[in-house]
Amino acid sequence: MTIRTPLLDERAIARALVRMASEIVERCGGTEHLVLVGIQRRGVELALRLKRLIDGVERSDVPWGKLDITLYRDDLQMIGPRPVVGETSLPDIDDRAVVIVDDVLYTGRTVRAALDEVTDFGRPRRILLCVLVDRGGRELPIQADVVGTTVSLTATDRVDVLVSELDGRDAVELARAPA
Amino acid sequence: MSAPSLGKDLVGLEPLSADQLRLILDTAEPFKEVSERPIKKVPALRGKTIVNLFFEASTRTRISFEFAEKRLSADTVNVAASGSSVSKGETLVDTAKNLEAMRIDMVVIRHGSSGAAQFLGQRIASNVINAGDGKHEHPTQGLLDLLTLRDNFKRIEGLKVAICGDVLHSRVARSNIWGLTRLGAEVGVCGPPTLLPRDVRELGVTILPRIEDAIAWADALNVLRLQLERMQAGFIPSLREYNRVFGVTRERLERAPKELLILHPGPMNRGVEIDSDVADGEHSVILPQVTNGVAVRMAVLYLLAGGRPGPGQAAAGGDAA
Amino acid sequence: MSARPILLRGGRVIDPARGSDGVADVLVADERVEAVGRNIGEPDGAIVVDAANLVVAPGLIDLHTHLREPGQEDLETIATGAMAAVAGGFTAVCAMPNTDPVCDNQGVVGFIVRQALRAGKARVYPIGAISVGQKGQQLAEFGELVGAGAVAVSDDGKPVMSSHLMRTALEYARVFGIPVADHCEEMTLAQGGAMHEGIVSTRLGLKGIPAAAEEIMVARDILLAELTGGHVHLCHMSTRGSVELIRRAKEQGIRVTAEACPHHFTLTHEACEGYDTNAKMNPPLREAEDREAIRQALRDGTIDVIATDHAPHHYDAKEREFDDAPNGIIGLETALPLALTELVATGLLTLPELLLRMSTTPARIFGLPGGTLATGAPADVVVIDPAARWEVRPEEFHSKSRNTPFRGRLLTGRAEMTIVGGRIAWQRRGFAGAPAQ
Repeated sequence: MTIRTPLLDERAIARALVRMASEIVERCGGTEHLVLVGIQRRGVELALRLKRLIDGVERSDVPWGKLDITLYRDDLQMIGPRPVVGETSLPDIDDRAVVIVDDVLYTGRTVRAALDEVTDFGRPRRILLCVLVDRGGRELPIQADVVGTTVSLTATDRVDVLVSELDGRDAVELARAPA
Repeated sequence: MSAPSLGKDLVGLEPLSADQLRLILDTAEPFKEVSERPIKKVPALRGKTIVNLFFEASTRTRISFEFAEKRLSADTVNVAASGSSVSKGETLVDTAKNLEAMRIDMVVIRHGSSGAAQFLGQRIASNVINAGDGKHEHPTQGLLDLLTLRDNFKRIEGLKVAICGDVLHSRVARSNIWGLTRLGAEVGVCGPPTLLPRDVRELGVTILPRIEDAIAWADALNVLRLQLERMQAGFIPSLREYNRVFGVTRERLERAPKELLILHPGPMNRGVEIDSDVADGEHSVILPQVTNGVAVRMAVLYLLAGGRPGPGQAAAGGDAA
Repeated sequence: MSARPILLRGGRVIDPARGSDGVADVLVADERVEAVGRNIGEPDGAIVVDAANLVVAPGLIDLHTHLREPGQEDLETIATGAMAAVAGGFTAVCAMPNTDPVCDNQGVVGFIVRQALRAGKARVYPIGAISVGQKGQQLAEFGELVGAGAVAVSDDGKPVMSSHLMRTALEYARVFGIPVADHCEEMTLAQGGAMHEGIVSTRLGLKGIPAAAEEIMVARDILLAELTGGHVHLCHMSTRGSVELIRRAKEQGIRVTAEACPHHFTLTHEACEGYDTNAKMNPPLREAEDREAIRQALRDGTIDVIATDHAPHHYDAKEREFDDAPNGIIGLETALPLALTELVATGLLTLPELLLRMSTTPARIFGLPGGTLATGAPADVVVIDPAARWEVRPEEFHSKSRNTPFRGRLLTGRAEMTIVGGRIAWQRRGFAGAPAQ
């Protein structure tokens, strides 16, 4: 039986997102060239929330998009029955500051795939990475620029991010297998 | 989230379950978007070698497969082989074994004999995709027709689709009949009795004796190409008479009770089975069919490449782990 | 030097020609049946065969076999075919003339006769061609063919498309008292067809041969037999329509005889699923109702005999796309077991009725010796175990070819020993009734 420990509750997530939204705008020097791209699936929901927070403060309409990285995964040949491919749709990203948004940063392979895919769509002036949870355990030289919370875990632990749009509630939980 | 697998080969639509058909159609959706990107390429099949083994000349199907393969970053080789095993040189078995010895990952085969794709699939470990075997099936054409219907009507179940023309000799007709009936559509066939199989009703289709009946009944018409050889073999007296009696013309369509969608697998014989003003008209989805063709073929290649190959595992119906 | 006498002791002796069926001994000597009765004394030097619980019957006779020699000796030779025949319980076979060169002259007839004698297994009676080269134009020299040993004429492999030629052949054959055997197929309907025209051919996308293609020619041949008073023998009947036509013709006293093959009373067109080329033959496998009609026709005698249409083909030839594969399957070594399993074990025919169809009647309608165990008849005898359960393994066949759809099938009954002209031509390895030869 896995043991589930809450790391962030609904209000903590909301506060973190407000801070992250403000950091994004600060790092990009405003919203003029900003584009938010959420990685399927929960990254998309988070990107949309960040967009709404930014728009609320800056009175903007930040362009945003969804990215499904399945076709760019480096482990496609090994994972057996094909995972279903979700929707990808991006606004124009040439000469923009693209912020890739995801729920959890772990090995870095998902982000590597996202970088490959985004650059097939155009040439941004810069790309930043924004994640709700950085759990360490990198297998590639990838770093997040904007982070909600950092935790340090072993390989047998798992971090689950739940969002109300998909899971009915907001939470960040640690799932640990018993010793 | 795992999905029902397709097995090693795509030999036809007849063995597929409704779930498997829906899997392919759903998988084709994101691939439509790939063809709209500035860089029309994803690395999903990078490093895979695919041979297009075409024993029958076919520019459009082969090009469509080639685009699908290249847009998935696969390496493509086109082999235009001569007619049947009997005519000259290598038998189909030897061709297959040679390809396998060169470590080919997938073979897309078009052949003049019914059963050729299955024959190949049972003898080599590579994935085999049927691009048309004799009069038996043309599964990717059936799939792109289904996708095009779904794009327009948002469903397949309960749709009335009339397949018009030389059903007897048509693998496109057969694949369509299997795919449509499996997904709950009602299928009608329309053509002179000389061009309809005698027991076609046993496949679960309605016979519509005249083109006017088909137009009055259907939501969509899938108009098949009529081949000149049929006239020469005596199945119909002339192409001119075929157009007069069975042609899909503007005048006939204007008398339809509703707006019909018009499909055609191509290439068209303008003025024979279909008139130009219909083919180029606002209800024709002939060009979207072509676009969907690439997406559907990408989906099929992508889904098959993920399987674990072993000879003879053609797609079987039902969910797998 | 004549062979040792053979005494077959205690078997169930069935002689359809004399209507006898009971436990008895059979003694053959000097190439003839010497005696059939109870407790026959054992002559000096006789081979004694313990036939208890076995059936002893006149050897089977196959009116329709393709031995491929001359011309395609890689598929089968007269020697290997004659061996396959005795391994199947046949003491005599009739060889169809579609060889290369065609058997349309006394040279080829004589060659076949001599090759068969050299092989020393089943008797082989050549069937000569109806037309020169089987081209369907000019009548072959029936007199010359019969004089060299032919027992019938046929253009089998092909139909006789010209009704005029068929009429002439039937009339001319009356001079020599031989039957004209026709392969009934209307070629313009059948052209390019690979299997029976029906729901299976529609699903598989293969061009079909409608039942009418056979029935049209059956009707024509019956009318010509009536017109000419000749004897027409209809090869490999496969449809219920053909059976109906033959039944009515016989009621009217027309001289028509007919044969059916084991695959047509065992399989249907569903055997072609998966494009199995071992299910491809001509005439094709038909529908379940046709199979049933053939079985009933064998029961009521509308179809007179069971013949094999043994058609060897090379592995490579059959290992190709269905459309391109040649027609035909081998049958000598599975005919009797299939008949016992599908017709006798099911209660449709009694064993004497089956033996009538496979031995006595074939001899009678082609005017051949054999088909009986009457005293003085040729010593052509088959010993059958009607209860043996076994699995078909083509690798064990004596035929050179392996093209059969019955691989792996479990059958009940088979031949155990075959005696031709008073000599043991074959016995099953492991047959307990007699010392190993």
